[in-house]
Amino acid sequence: MNEFAAQHSILIVVLPKVVVLLFVLLTALAYLTWFERKVVAHIQSRWGPYRVGPHGLLQPLADGLKFLFKEDVTPAGADKFTYFLAPFLSLSLAITSIAVIPFGPKDFTVFGQSTPLAITNLNIGLLILFAITSMGVYGVALAGWSSNSKYSLLGGLRSSAQMISYELTLTMSVVGVILMAGTFNLSDIVQAQQGFYLGFLPRWNLIGAPFPQVIGFFLFFTAAVAETNRAPFDLVEAEQELVGGFHTEYASFKFAMFFMAEYSSMITVSCLATILFFGGWLSPFPQTGIWTWTHYIPSAVFAIAGVALIIHGVRYLTILGRVVLPVLGLVLCALAVLFAMPGVPDFVQGPFWFLLKIAIFIFVYVWLRGTLPRFRYDRLMTFGWKVLLPLSILNVVITSLAIVLAQK
Amino acid sequence: MTPQIAVFLVLAAMAVAGAVNLILQRHPIHSALSLIVVMVALAGLYLLQGAEFIAAVQIIVYGGAIMVLFVFVIMLLNAGEEERTNLSRMARYVGVPLGVVFLLEVAYWIGRATSHMAQSSPQAVSTRELSTLLFREYVFPFELTSFLILIAILGALVLARREDSD
Repeated sequence: MNEFAAQHSILIVVLPKVVVLLFVLLTALAYLTWFERKVVAHIQSRWGPYRVGPHGLLQPLADGLKFLFKEDVTPAGADKFTYFLAPFLSLSLAITSIAVIPFGPKDFTVFGQSTPLAITNLNIGLLILFAITSMGVYGVALAGWSSNSKYSLLGGLRSSAQMISYELTLTMSVVGVILMAGTFNLSDIVQAQQGFYLGFLPRWNLIGAPFPQVIGFFLFFTAAVAETNRAPFDLVEAEQELVGGFHTEYASFKFAMFFMAEYSSMITVSCLATILFFGGWLSPFPQTGIWTWTHYIPSAVFAIAGVALIIHGVRYLTILGRVVLPVLGLVLCALAVLFAMPGVPDFVQGPFWFLLKIAIFIFVYVWLRGTLPRFRYDRLMTFGWKVLLPLSILNVVITSLAIVLAQK
Repeated sequence: MTPQIAVFLVLAAMAVAGAVNLILQRHPIHSALSLIVVMVALAGLYLLQGAEFIAAVQIIVYGGAIMVLFVFVIMLLNAGEEERTNLSRMARYVGVPLGVVFLLEVAYWIGRATSHMAQSSPQAVSTRELSTLLFREYVFPFELTSFLILIAILGALVLARREDSD
């Protein structure tokens, strides 16, 4: 068995990893729509989806089925090949970029094959991510052009201009981090952020020596929100002006694919922000001495959430809810017990903190959408070229200066 | 057949097919898309040679930035389909034979060169080594090139600026 595994490591180790990650990612994408609708609804004093399943938990499933059964209309005069290519390009590129994200520090062993907690660990991981992001413009631009509609074309043009402009800032803003870590390898960038100041302050790049990347982080996140076409930079699909923007003429599952691509790039960007500025999978607490209890935080969080869900669930309005919610609560409690088993906390730590940080970023994304009004188009361009870009160059200059001074 | 050669053949076929398709397509956007395929296939070939940095930069700069500008301009001008015309007499009697001669010549020289090209095995060049070379030994030509590009940008700005704006 081990010999077979060694010869066919791609078949036995990599392929299952891809399948599992894809499954998790697609489920997460579906439930992100639910999460976003719920959070925006609560920001606006509404309830959000409530009817399909307890707390609307089955809403993503219903939406997905609806998309599948809708008539797939192709507009007259559309450029067929490009029209079909655009959503595939968008979604496949957005999903591919997840492949280089490392989810945890430990290599785990399958059939005697040690493998990292990522699809692949590349030396140029960050560059590959930017390469994929830069190709992502085509999905939007081609969709806008091929639909043969003025609204789509305007949306496509706007988005290409916006994405080209903000890509510069996006790339420049991470140069500071690359200079501090001295590598493009995402795993190594996280490793370089290990350690603590004064025994408790994590040495993440956000506040790390020699020059804290606070400006870098804000530039990165602003550019990333613009790059993923999310509010307040969602001029690409400004419905008051452009109906639906580049996806006006898309229906059925092709429309859903654009949405999945958008949510997928939100996840990628959140992962990237976490890895580059917030220490990736590193725990915010030291691992030794009086801090050992922090190993059980994942367990405690799951236990509290599980118990709360059970207490709330048994008094739910519908019978289905009174069954489903307590069962979900029990699952969470079971996971909490599993996480507390000897040996497990060490392994769970990395992915737990990583996913928690990503969840916070995604919440901020939705929060922004619920709070901020949309930019005007000319303001957006002025802001990108005259404020963000010079600031990012300044950040690079100061960071390199600080590194040189620190070396002397 | 080793996996390397198989991957090379696939990428090479992609590059050649994309290049041929680029000329045969009648719509500018389709031509631009073919050119993107060529760029990505070339990046794959660089990766096969162990030049990972060059491969990534190839996609970021050519596949991402430059080709996006191409597509953007084509969309902005709303360029329509090209009309297919027959070859002119000049092209038929002078252009085609000269083209064939040129192709044969290139094929001959490549054929001669491959005999000693095959001996140098590809070795991975790390980004660190590359940047050390670029910023230590070749820093003057490197900066000169960027200065040239800056001049070109300023030139374009001057040409594109309207007279009445000042």
